[in-house]
Amino acid sequence: MDYDMDYEALGLKAGIEIHQQLDTREKLFCKCPTLLRDFDEHTGEFQRYLRATESEMGEIDRAAQEEMWQMRRFRYYTYDTTCLVENDDEPPAPMNREALDAALTVAKMLGMTPIRQVHMMRKLVIDGSNTSGFQRTALIAINGQVMEGCRIDTLCLEEEAAQRAGDSAFSLDRLGIPLVEITTAPCMHTPAEVQQAAEHIGMILRSTRSVKRGLGTIRQDVNISIRGGARVEIKGVQELNLIAEVVRREVIRQQHLLTIRDELNTRNASVDETVHDVTSLFSGTGSAILKRAPAVLAVRLRGYGGLVGREIQPRRRLGSEYADYARKCGVGGIFHTDELPAYGITADEVRSLFEHLQADDGDCIVIIAAGREKAECAARQVISRAAYALEGVPEETRRMLEDGSTAYMRPLPGAARMYPETDVLPVIIDTEHWESLVVPELLSGKAEQFADRLGLDPSLARQVAFSERLMIFECAVDAGVKPNLAARTLLGTLTELRRDGVQVENIADDALLQVMLAAEGGRVAKEALPELLRVVATGVPVEDAVSQTATAVTTDDLRAMVRHVLEDRADFIRGRGMAALGAIMGVIMKEVRGSVDGEVVSSVLREEMRSFLEEEKP
Amino acid sequence: MELTGTCITERDGMIVIKLDNGYNIGVDPSACRWLERPEAAAPRLAEVLQDPALPGIAIISTGGTIASRIDYRTGAVTSQFNADDILRAIPRLAAIAHYRTHQVCNILSENMNPSIWQELAHGVYDAIKNGAEGVIVTHGTDTMAYSAAAISFMLDTPVPVIFVGSQRSADRPSSDNVMNALSSAAAATSPLGEVAVVMHGSPSDDWCAIHRAVRVRKMHTSRRDAFQSMGMPPIGRVGYPDLDVSLDMEARLRRTGEPLLQDRIEERCALLQFYPGMPPSLPDAFDGCRGLVIAGTGLGHVSTTWTPVLRGMIEDGATVVMTSQCMHGRVCDRVYDTGRDLLKIGVVEGEDMLPEVALVKLMWVLGQTRDQEEAAAMMRADLRGEIRRCSAHGL
Ligand SMILES: [Zn+2]
Repeated sequence: MDYDMDYEALGLKAGIEIHQQLDTREKLFCKCPTLLRDFDEHTGEFQRYLRATESEMGEIDRAAQEEMWQMRRFRYYTYDTTCLVENDDEPPAPMNREALDAALTVAKMLGMTPIRQVHMMRKLVIDGSNTSGFQRTALIAINGQVMEGCRIDTLCLEEEAAQRAGDSAFSLDRLGIPLVEITTAPCMHTPAEVQQAAEHIGMILRSTRSVKRGLGTIRQDVNISIRGGARVEIKGVQELNLIAEVVRREVIRQQHLLTIRDELNTRNASVDETVHDVTSLFSGTGSAILKRAPAVLAVRLRGYGGLVGREIQPRRRLGSEYADYARKCGVGGIFHTDELPAYGITADEVRSLFEHLQADDGDCIVIIAAGREKAECAARQVISRAAYALEGVPEETRRMLEDGSTAYMRPLPGAARMYPETDVLPVIIDTEHWESLVVPELLSGKAEQFADRLGLDPSLARQVAFSERLMIFECAVDAGVKPNLAARTLLGTLTELRRDGVQVENIADDALLQVMLAAEGGRVAKEALPELLRVVATGVPVEDAVSQTATAVTTDDLRAMVRHVLEDRADFIRGRGMAALGAIMGVIMKEVRGSVDGEVVSSVLREEMRSFLEEEKP
Repeated sequence: MELTGTCITERDGMIVIKLDNGYNIGVDPSACRWLERPEAAAPRLAEVLQDPALPGIAIISTGGTIASRIDYRTGAVTSQFNADDILRAIPRLAAIAHYRTHQVCNILSENMNPSIWQELAHGVYDAIKNGAEGVIVTHGTDTMAYSAAAISFMLDTPVPVIFVGSQRSADRPSSDNVMNALSSAAAATSPLGEVAVVMHGSPSDDWCAIHRAVRVRKMHTSRRDAFQSMGMPPIGRVGYPDLDVSLDMEARLRRTGEPLLQDRIEERCALLQFYPGMPPSLPDAFDGCRGLVIAGTGLGHVSTTWTPVLRGMIEDGATVVMTSQCMHGRVCDRVYDTGRDLLKIGVVEGEDMLPEVALVKLMWVLGQTRDQEEAAAMMRADLRGEIRRCSAHGL
């Protein structure tokens, strides 16, 4: 794939929407904690149906209508940390002021103008992720700025949706956690710009220190279009470093779709609206899927031959798009003749299929095997998506796949999906309150400070400033721990221990501080810190752990010990030379009982052995 | 910076504007500039199609959240739709029956009163006289149990009269109105032949309970399954989404014959909940009442300081009925002295009647007779299933 495209010439326009969970004590509309649980901890379960209702403007939203097709039953898990509000069995409590202030603080940092009177709205969402069938959301501020020349359109305060816990099951622990949604104008013109803007906004959010951290607590949606293409919204990009890749791949996809459109038009292609029943054609087939299906239906795409199988994104073909649309009807997937014979379908069967539909080589035939009703629904979906290939790029909401490619999710929502949340009273944001909000120092500013004043290496300073352990770092430095020791312990040591499977999250900040102070004061060797933390992570109090993890072994102690061991085994070493290193290493490690890092032991030992052998020479 | 949107309303000194992005915001009137007045778009109403081959059902609406709409003047959800709108909102109803709709009133159920019960009873009676094979009454849930009990006493019905409402407003995709309404239609076309309340049987959308009107109580402020049968199981259930109706052995069944309307009511009745230390001057304030129901403590007691006041009321011709604030179990004033004193002065034991059902019944009984003895006898007798001969084991 060509990554050095001229995005300007392509007319790339992109914007982002960032959703960030707030780390408030209580949820947005009830007093439950904002605590995520394991699904298997759920204490209750209930099930509901959702249906689209006429919205304020008297029309049913297009996206909602598509969801409604599948009149689906949803199951919900409840916990001892959720209540009737999450169940949609109790009206919401008044808006959480802690969350509102956090959102306003972010707005202030982005140079936005607050809304005079905030009105909570109900945004229709009937995919089951909200028990009520809507997400509560309010516009808090407008018109800010991020980086050079990129406008922030809006900042909203919303409630987080429930987490999917299975096909039609949702877990209510996440529902109602406050969320800020920041939407930029479509003001970015290259994939790199999009990523930078996302990173910058992320940094600002973390600077408030009132946002949740960790995977899933921040999600980016990206809006992309190129000239001649269409607006596509890609949902749920969780890793920041994938954003640029997602944008690139969407540009590629839209370009391919436009090329395919032109080729189809040149070929005079068209879509035959007839759905053919070809069940009998496959009565003796060796394909398990076709054999098992109650109905096998076929659709003829005139002039589409070879194009349905064409790759439009890494590992995605035009046919993958058709399959996404078909799946909305509950079928597992589709077959198309560009990829046949395969999957147990023989060349003979393909030939008779072409004959039966009076199709020729330039055509492509799509096969759907499922229950009759589902198959018919899927066939209609394929026809409508295939017909759109003649026009170009459909406006869609898409979801990101693991590698940065995307799959169709639903049509872009129309505008008519909001109406007032009448159970929540409007809130006035008065000037006095707005002005009283303290804007925290940016993390990027902190990083500079750490480098300048504390003498940290600039990249380490940045790491510290952006890390979740910023607060404890500052505490430690204030308490007299050397900045380098604090930074290395909090970033290096803890990360390595976590990789080793140590449950470092069990170590309280207070314990971390004590451990670092013990090292700073020389009560334990710095080399013993990993071992000490390992013990503390199992729940042993720091003081006990310090006395347990051997007495402090300083480098001088170690050197003396090594010297002693070498002298004891002088003959052995003389005989073997440096080859004795491995054996001696084992002896010393046993002696220090793991309280000194192996690498330290090995380097000290190496030095001492060299000088020992040196001295022995006549 | 300028934003454009549609002005929705002016409230509390703020102009509420719906922005083009769908959000509402409130702004100071001085910050607004009027651009134009858009033409009001007429709502596109779908036609209501009915199958006359199906059973004929009357839907009588009184308002309430089974049919609600947003009021932009106050921002509150109010009852606004008539019964036609219910059919439009719940198309599957058309597969169960064909409907005639009649609106008795359009009020919030807290504004219900005995004279509207009478209008409602007339409406239901007329519908049955005109051949309805069942009647659905849509009602706000707050006072639905009172109205259902009232109709139960005023109207002896050969066909089902089903009260139904919703706990979550009908404008939301999760509203219980659809399932409750469909279940009520299933119950109204079933072999049932009494007044009942049909509402969610559990927090899930899996079944609706059919409750006897005179044994049901709203036991939760907000849950979908707020309505519970007291001292007996529900008289039936409606499965969802299959809408299969199963009736308990105890349910009264559909009969041939005419409905009997006895709608006279004595409104000068009251219900008092006794609390420790409640001064005797309080019941005294009800002087002039023809009937008084007391929700007493435990087995049916009030402070001995009340005895003279109650005696005076009874001597003046009022009927005083004792029920219990325990909600579960039967009144028995023969165990303790206080109770025996109450019986001596002529207080009527309300057996295991729910206090509010006893109130509604007393209003109706005193509308039928002015004779104290006869009224007492009627209060003690089981007329509509409101008194259980035997008390159930569980709560
Ligand atoms: Zn809650």
